[in-house]
Amino acid sequence: MSRTYSIKDNLVENRLFINRIVAAFIAISLLTSGLVVRLIYLQIVGHEHYASLAKDNSVKIVPLVPTRGLIYDRHGKVLAENTPSYSLEIIPEQVPDMDDTLSRLQKLLDIPEEKIELYQKQRKRQKRFTSTPLLIGLNEEELAKFAVVRPYFPGVDIHTRLVRHYPYSDLTAHVIGYVGRINEAELKDLPVEEYRGSSHVGKLGIESSYETELHGKTGYAEIETNVQARPLNTLNEANPASGTNLYLTLDIDLQKTAYDALGIYNGAVVAIEIKTGGVLVFASRPGFDPNPFVVGIANDAYQTLQSSENQPLYNRALRGLYPPGSTVKPFIALAGLEYDAISAQQKLFCPGYYQLPGSPHKYRDWRKGGHGSVDLNEAITESCDVYFYRLASTLGIDRIHEFMQKFGFGEKSGIDLVGEKEGLLPSREWKFEKKKQAWYPGETLITGIGQGYHQVTPLQLARATATLANRGVIVTPYLVDRIATLTESKPGPARQLGSIPLKSENINDVVNGMINVVHSQRGTAKGISKNINYQIAGKTGTAQVLGIKQNAKYNENDIDFKYRDHALFIAFAPADNPKIAVAVVVENGGHGGSVAAPIAGQIIKQYLNDEMAKPANEN
Amino acid sequence: MKTETRREHFEPPSVLGNILRKLHIDIPLFIGLFFASLLSFVILYSAGSQDMDILMRQGARVGLAFLLMTVLAHVNPYQFKRYSAMLFGMGLFLLFAVLIMGQIGKGAQRWLDLGVFRFQPSEMIKITTPMMIAWYLSEHALPPKPKQLFIATLLILIPTLLIAKQPDLGTALLVASSGAGVLFFAGLSWRFMLGMSAVLASLTPILWHFMHGYQRDRVLTFLNPEADPLGRGYHIIQSKIAIGSGGVYGKGWLGSTQSELDFLPESSTDFIFAVFAEEFGLFGCLGLLVLYLLIIARCLFIASQAQDTYSRLLASSLAFTFFVYVFVNIGMVIGVLPVVGVPLPLISYGGTSIVTLLAGFGILMSIHTHKKFL
Repeated sequence: MSRTYSIKDNLVENRLFINRIVAAFIAISLLTSGLVVRLIYLQIVGHEHYASLAKDNSVKIVPLVPTRGLIYDRHGKVLAENTPSYSLEIIPEQVPDMDDTLSRLQKLLDIPEEKIELYQKQRKRQKRFTSTPLLIGLNEEELAKFAVVRPYFPGVDIHTRLVRHYPYSDLTAHVIGYVGRINEAELKDLPVEEYRGSSHVGKLGIESSYETELHGKTGYAEIETNVQARPLNTLNEANPASGTNLYLTLDIDLQKTAYDALGIYNGAVVAIEIKTGGVLVFASRPGFDPNPFVVGIANDAYQTLQSSENQPLYNRALRGLYPPGSTVKPFIALAGLEYDAISAQQKLFCPGYYQLPGSPHKYRDWRKGGHGSVDLNEAITESCDVYFYRLASTLGIDRIHEFMQKFGFGEKSGIDLVGEKEGLLPSREWKFEKKKQAWYPGETLITGIGQGYHQVTPLQLARATATLANRGVIVTPYLVDRIATLTESKPGPARQLGSIPLKSENINDVVNGMINVVHSQRGTAKGISKNINYQIAGKTGTAQVLGIKQNAKYNENDIDFKYRDHALFIAFAPADNPKIAVAVVVENGGHGGSVAAPIAGQIIKQYLNDEMAKPANEN
Repeated sequence: MKTETRREHFEPPSVLGNILRKLHIDIPLFIGLFFASLLSFVILYSAGSQDMDILMRQGARVGLAFLLMTVLAHVNPYQFKRYSAMLFGMGLFLLFAVLIMGQIGKGAQRWLDLGVFRFQPSEMIKITTPMMIAWYLSEHALPPKPKQLFIATLLILIPTLLIAKQPDLGTALLVASSGAGVLFFAGLSWRFMLGMSAVLASLTPILWHFMHGYQRDRVLTFLNPEADPLGRGYHIIQSKIAIGSGGVYGKGWLGSTQSELDFLPESSTDFIFAVFAEEFGLFGCLGLLVLYLLIIARCLFIASQAQDTYSRLLASSLAFTFFVYVFVNIGMVIGVLPVVGVPLPLISYGGTSIVTLLAGFGILMSIHTHKKFL
């Protein structure tokens, strides 16, 4: 039964299958005919049209490069602009005799041999019929010389290009960064279509972190050209959209004050507007002139910059790591009060050194004879080390680490610049993981005065100071205030919110100590309190570069300049209604009070004077 | 009866022919594939800017592919049938594996790194899906009943969606059509197919919703390439210029200006047909299409001669899928279909697709050369 069934089925199946094979072949033939019809349409009917399009690529789709957005400071002063520059460019395919042309040009314009070689190298990498620059930044004389003989140089022409220019040069190099030629590695990561016509990309600083906004959107033009690839006529065009302009929170006048105030020293100054987190000053000295980087810096000039002992390419404000020294003391004091490890009125005796129980090692105070009996306020004012050794010992490293972390030590501040360093806030876990060693009690003591493993960036220090001045409401620094086109404007980066729960009277106790640093006769930075009608709260710091032996004496004049201590100062003002927070690090500056504090004082005075003058002007 | 079968068998007179027959190689099909691969080298040399490196790498791949074809031609088709379900299951498992690994690695992943070499499960699924469907349907009487139809559709959809998720629209399309091909040759009623087409058309908006941004861009660009000549429309415009400028006779070998000037992107991979059309013109294109049609015709002939339902369905589906390759690729290059990543079979550079393709032809040869004489 089933046997007959299956045979019958097989017959039916067989016929059905052959039918389908035939149907499939017919369908395949029909569809293929469709392809053939389309091919006939393209290759016979449309041949002339397409052949003319393809002939010497007679219609070129030319990208229209958008103008890069400008960068302004908070008062509208231009920090990065585009200026026209003339370049001598050659389209190799249009030159009848390249060697002859180059040697005649070389004679005419006195072109150095290495530029010719560079051009020869570049030319080989270019696509056909693209214009390759031989000389850039031509001056008036060179322009005139070439203009006269231009008919004798087919394929050679003067082009105008916009070149990025940084009018403030080394003053803003570490904030704005610079643009440079796109290199091969960057080419892989950039969107091909958008950068079809662009030659430059932001390499550093704001130019790099806001590349997308500054670059704009590439347009295109369909251009009909003749056999020599000379443009005849534009068929179709879509305009590029210029990059958006950036308005920074930076105050270039204040920046200049800070940069000049550093004078002969290397160092960094960061000032933050407390209420917003906007960065007012972001100075790192020495800077460098970013303009040569735009057109391509000569190799030896770059080597000089790189090998310079002062390291001008090094962004100290963002990446410099320094021991905070005594500038941590206000934070340690606040930790002591918050954890009830000490009360503000409690007095401790300072004999000039501190010893851990059962250890002969003497941890010395900076003042040889000691400070006598001091309370919290006096300990901050006079920067008494022994007070903070004892306090740190009572607190222990775990609580110090926990508390300091809240102020952003040991982590990136989140500023809108790339390459920020995290610094290092030591902890028991960190030491075990990195050094495979237990934490020693002595290390807690020196952490209490900002020595040892603890390392901060000037930016971090400024941020922590601003957060303290803001009474625990966390301040996140940023540089871009507004991103604006002609028609619309949007705010800069989103700001991180949050606050540290702190007792108001504890903050007051610490701040009063910091006010006395500047305003009391015994304060370590009393020099900057003259001629002001408000109060500055500050703290000096001195960070050791060189370890000093137990019984040796540190004498500034005896040692090499580069081993002198770093001078630090943090401050905010006015103390009762803080507007600005400043952190200053002066490398090898010696004492914080004498070198770093006056720089901060100058910035605070200038900023608050401007602020007070403002409402009068505006009304 | 016996003489009939003998006559239909290709009778090679030479020693070489005898060797090929011992190797279970189908000679007409072999000749077609051989010429296509030869053509591949000729065009690649021109499209790849005369880079010998590309030719060497392609040569290695083609060699491997022909070897695999020969090995598979030796296997008795009964073995394919027997392991169909298992191979399909394995393929699915590997697809899931890359999907999960892709999610861990955050990003599109199609490869399974086996240390020594990288393996693309979606390539294996291209063959195992029609095997699975053919096996499943051949276990029941034809034409398939609604229940079998439902299960078969499900079996096709699972790998298709997994691959579309990778996202690899081109391969997903090929897998779906290889499965659908089996259903068609199994005698799916015309009325049902019409109904399905209507349903699919109405599903388009939903499909649109699930597409990736770039996939949508491709469809939009296909509908109006001139809207975005610098970006996505660039390929289509440039490839039409290349093909059209080739004319009837073409610009001659190495005469392509469009690929030479870098106007034509992906000129050695998915858009190689444009270079071919520019250099060899309409006559060349017709020649290539005839070569493809001959290969397909031979495959359909093999299918029609196959002795059991499984072999028939599998063979005809493989032939059909080969045509889909050709049609979708050429269709996209000449601007009548949207740009999906399907290579020109046997000609395009790169990918493992040539290995899979020749593996399929190996199965076809196995079906043809292992017939029992009734």
